[in-house]
Amino acid sequence: MDAESLLLSLELASGSGQGLSPDRRASLLTSLMLVKRDYRYDRVLFWGRILGLVADYYIAQGLSEDQLAPRKTLYSLNCMEWSLLPPATDEMMVQTSVVKGRFTGDPSHEYEHTELQKVNDGEKVFEEEVVVQIKEETRLVSIIDQIDKAVSVIPRGALFKTPFGPVHVNRTFEGLSLSQAKKLSSYFHFREPVELKNKTLLEKADLDPSLDFLDSLEHDIPKGSWSIQMERGNALVVLRSLLWPGLTFFHAPRTKNCGYIYVGTGSEERTTGPGDPALKQGAEGWNVQMREDGGWKWLWEVTARSPLRKATSCTQMRAAHRSGSPTHLLLAAPQAEELTNSFQ
Amino acid sequence: MEDLTSLKQEDNQEPEEAEQPWEEITAASSQDPVPGLPEPLESEQGPETGLQPGSSPPQSSQSRTSTPLNDLTGLGASSPPSFPQEPTSTPSTLALARQDLWSPWKSDKTTSVIPEARTAHSNHLEQSSDKGESAPHQKCQSEGNTFQQSQQTKHHLHEPKDASHNNSKLKELRLDIFQEEESNSNYDLDHPEPGTSEVTPNMLEIAIQNAKAYLLKTSSKSGLNLYDHLSNMLTKILDEHPENAVDIIENISQDVKMAHFSKKLDTLQNEYEMLPIYETAEKQKALFLQGNLEGADQELEDEIAENSLPNVMESAFYFEQAGVGLGTDETYRIFLALKQLTDAHPIQRCRFWGKILGLEMNYIVAEVEFREGEDEEEMEEEDVTEERDNGDSEADEDDEDELPKSLYKAPQAIPKEESRTGANKYVYFVCNEPGGPWVKLPSVTPAQIVIARKIKKFFTGRLDTPIISYPPFPGNESNYLRAQIARISAGTHVSPLGFYQFGEEEGEEEEEVEGGRESFEENPDFEGIQVTDLVESLSNWVHHVQHILPQGRCNWFNPVQKNEEEEEEEDEEKEEEEKEEPDYIGQEVGPPLLTPISEDLEIQNIPPWTTRLSSNLIPQYAIAVLRSNLWPGAYAFSNGKKFENFYIGWGHKYSPDSYTPPVPPPVYQEYPSGPEITEMDDPSVEEEQAFRAAQAAAVLAAEENEETEEDEDEEDEYD
Repeated sequence: MDAESLLLSLELASGSGQGLSPDRRASLLTSLMLVKRDYRYDRVLFWGRILGLVADYYIAQGLSEDQLAPRKTLYSLNCMEWSLLPPATDEMMVQTSVVKGRFTGDPSHEYEHTELQKVNDGEKVFEEEVVVQIKEETRLVSIIDQIDKAVSVIPRGALFKTPFGPVHVNRTFEGLSLSQAKKLSSYFHFREPVELKNKTLLEKADLDPSLDFLDSLEHDIPKGSWSIQMERGNALVVLRSLLWPGLTFFHAPRTKNCGYIYVGTGSEERTTGPGDPALKQGAEGWNVQMREDGGWKWLWEVTARSPLRKATSCTQMRAAHRSGSPTHLLLAAPQAEELTNSFQ
Repeated sequence: MEDLTSLKQEDNQEPEEAEQPWEEITAASSQDPVPGLPEPLESEQGPETGLQPGSSPPQSSQSRTSTPLNDLTGLGASSPPSFPQEPTSTPSTLALARQDLWSPWKSDKTTSVIPEARTAHSNHLEQSSDKGESAPHQKCQSEGNTFQQSQQTKHHLHEPKDASHNNSKLKELRLDIFQEEESNSNYDLDHPEPGTSEVTPNMLEIAIQNAKAYLLKTSSKSGLNLYDHLSNMLTKILDEHPENAVDIIENISQDVKMAHFSKKLDTLQNEYEMLPIYETAEKQKALFLQGNLEGADQELEDEIAENSLPNVMESAFYFEQAGVGLGTDETYRIFLALKQLTDAHPIQRCRFWGKILGLEMNYIVAEVEFREGEDEEEMEEEDVTEERDNGDSEADEDDEDELPKSLYKAPQAIPKEESRTGANKYVYFVCNEPGGPWVKLPSVTPAQIVIARKIKKFFTGRLDTPIISYPPFPGNESNYLRAQIARISAGTHVSPLGFYQFGEEEGEEEEEVEGGRESFEENPDFEGIQVTDLVESLSNWVHHVQHILPQGRCNWFNPVQKNEEEEEEEDEEKEEEEKEEPDYIGQEVGPPLLTPISEDLEIQNIPPWTTRLSSNLIPQYAIAVLRSNLWPGAYAFSNGKKFENFYIGWGHKYSPDSYTPPVPPPVYQEYPSGPEITEMDDPSVEEEQAFRAAQAAAVLAAEENEETEEDEDEEDEYD
């Protein structure tokens, strides 16, 4: 949400229950103004808050005139003193992806993670346990970047692309109409487009190059990862991410007011996905295999170990779980129905 | 359209020489009626002719030669007369625009206007004195300075437009000309030569008319024409006086087009689009009116005395200090809705429990305790329906008797707790939005709580949604919601130590049996705890809702006793069951009521609670805030004397690992597997050959009557 319209934005986003206490609000209004001046940002966004065990991180972002240019991220623990975070790298993401659990609220806190590393000692190869230390600040950078890439939202038309490339705020944006506001296709990811390149010419035919230059939420994987609600009659549309619980996007149709705020623990909501140890081990009597099939598509191959089933050679039960579509299971067992239900 | 095309053709006849030097011609033409021609015009005209080196060099040379002469005669007087010439053209265009505005969209009219305009314009030019009068007349209508600005802007606008238009048009027209007869063009070329001085005013006229005709050309797509559009835009700019108009000219253009569009659709405007807003407003209006109706009763004193309504706004204020809670507006509406609820039902105590987010709608949850004896009727009804359900299921079982009987026996269902005890201590009402109908949630059964622990589902906001899950959940979303509410309440409802005390009525015998006393009352002697103590030590907070045992009940129920009773009924299976089931199931014991939360279990090294002071800036008046890490969204505050619990979230428990559905139970063996039914690989060719060789050897051996038994064994192996 825009730092300048912070109070209104907080009021509009209050339906998710995560607001700011009056002293935080007041200090944000003051300090973000100074941030804008000191760092010479064109726009300052109050990004949200990551809840830690001891203290919370308050996050702000500075935008340059080109809205899609890499953003500068700042964090603060007391809403007054802001520190600039380094830009996120892929290396950071890989490094911090092993860390689970909650943030502590101390940026210098170090998570310890033991890794098995293969060490070549002459001709012998043996595995050695290495303790990797990961700073919480690094994790913070990585998580913010992930959230930004996954679920930051902007309504269609709020930004426009100039013929020369830079993306500017569209000053004539009057808000979405009611019918548009109810569709996911009217909302875009507020980041460099990724999926747009993969579209066919036919799909691109109806796009307006100056407005439709971002990925829309419509084709997000997994499907149904957004809850879209009309609140206060139809005066407010609220999008909540189910993938990153805590992210609320709000937009009052027919007005310019829109924005998003994240208040949460900084953990992604994941149900069973590829790489879950519980499934790999399998239960007694079952062989469970998994195949990754690009992104969130995956395939479960469940084989019964029962000799009888093996004899009938009709034992391969496949659970194709494709991006939220109903699962097809070929099961001879009486549990087939229950199992099918569980994957739906 | 015919008119238009004919017009075009007329224009086409003399395009080149008429268009190219039109700046020149204005200069030349103005010489004749007005003696002095300004130098600036001359200088402008130079480059333009240079740009267009086409057809009529003699003409331009003539005009050039003529102008210096005139300049020589009246240098001093040259500039004043030039000004009348500017207004003359603009008022006429203004007039034209007005005429067009009255009948903009009919092409017939626009064409009919043009001849008028022509005559009018020529008149203007001929009678310069009249123009002089008409111009001030126009000035009077609009405000002086702005008008002059507008004239200038208009004039500037016209020039480039015309110039560009000329260029583009030239290309088109050249084609046209070549397509038509060459004689025409010859004529065109010849025509200007006879008398430039006489023809030039007409040429100017024609040039202007050509330009105008082009601008008035109606778009085949939108039915608009540029001329009207430009004049509308300029009107809008002058009316509204935006800052930096030149920067937003594109947007203004768009606005003008849009405005036109919406005007046309006036009669077709869709009124129904805004309807839901009105609906909710109408619904919530009832909330605001209820106070008036009661005021008429004049039983206010009684009502206030037995008030069951909580002070939602006060707790909302404290929660706002903590940085949680809904907006003031929404909270107040919920407050009113709660008032509606307490008025409609015989309610002893009521509390705003929280809000659960859903995919389509959200739930606002109210926790309610009925007055003694008021809610029994409803409970009986529920029991009746349950019995019916049991009857149905038994009937189904009877039908299946013919089929092979399954040895599987479902574990004994654990009966649900009676209302006012355990997990069913309170009754919960939910509504989707303030003003909506309050719906009472059914009481929770242990089975629902047990299954709810194993599944993770988002709420949709519709209570009758079936819960499709594995393991299967007994009930629909209303049951799941109730189960989650019970779990959240048990886990997160806390109060400062000493606020509640155990009731004196409870006997100690019961405590032993049930594993803890279950009723408590407010401690009248509670003196409050320092806020800093509340923040620093978790042992100053206690649970005041009973822990739910793994069984799904708060109070232990021993399922073994009941099994014995059933066994008496079913004599046949008696012996088997006794063998299968354990004789004694260990009693599950949870922490007793009013246990300090410092004894709560950690979640994989994560402390279950986070405490902090609401404000570090002014700690004197800050309150203690408690945040549950186990149930994200559960909060509690205390200012030392008062406290409140609140939940807002998705209704999911926190887990550092991602949710995994439990793996299905192992397949039952249909019959014991043995070597007879074990599948084996077919023998390979080599094996077969070896077998044959062995057989042959065996035959040979048999002939020799040696070791017959071993051969049979070998055959068995390869079957």
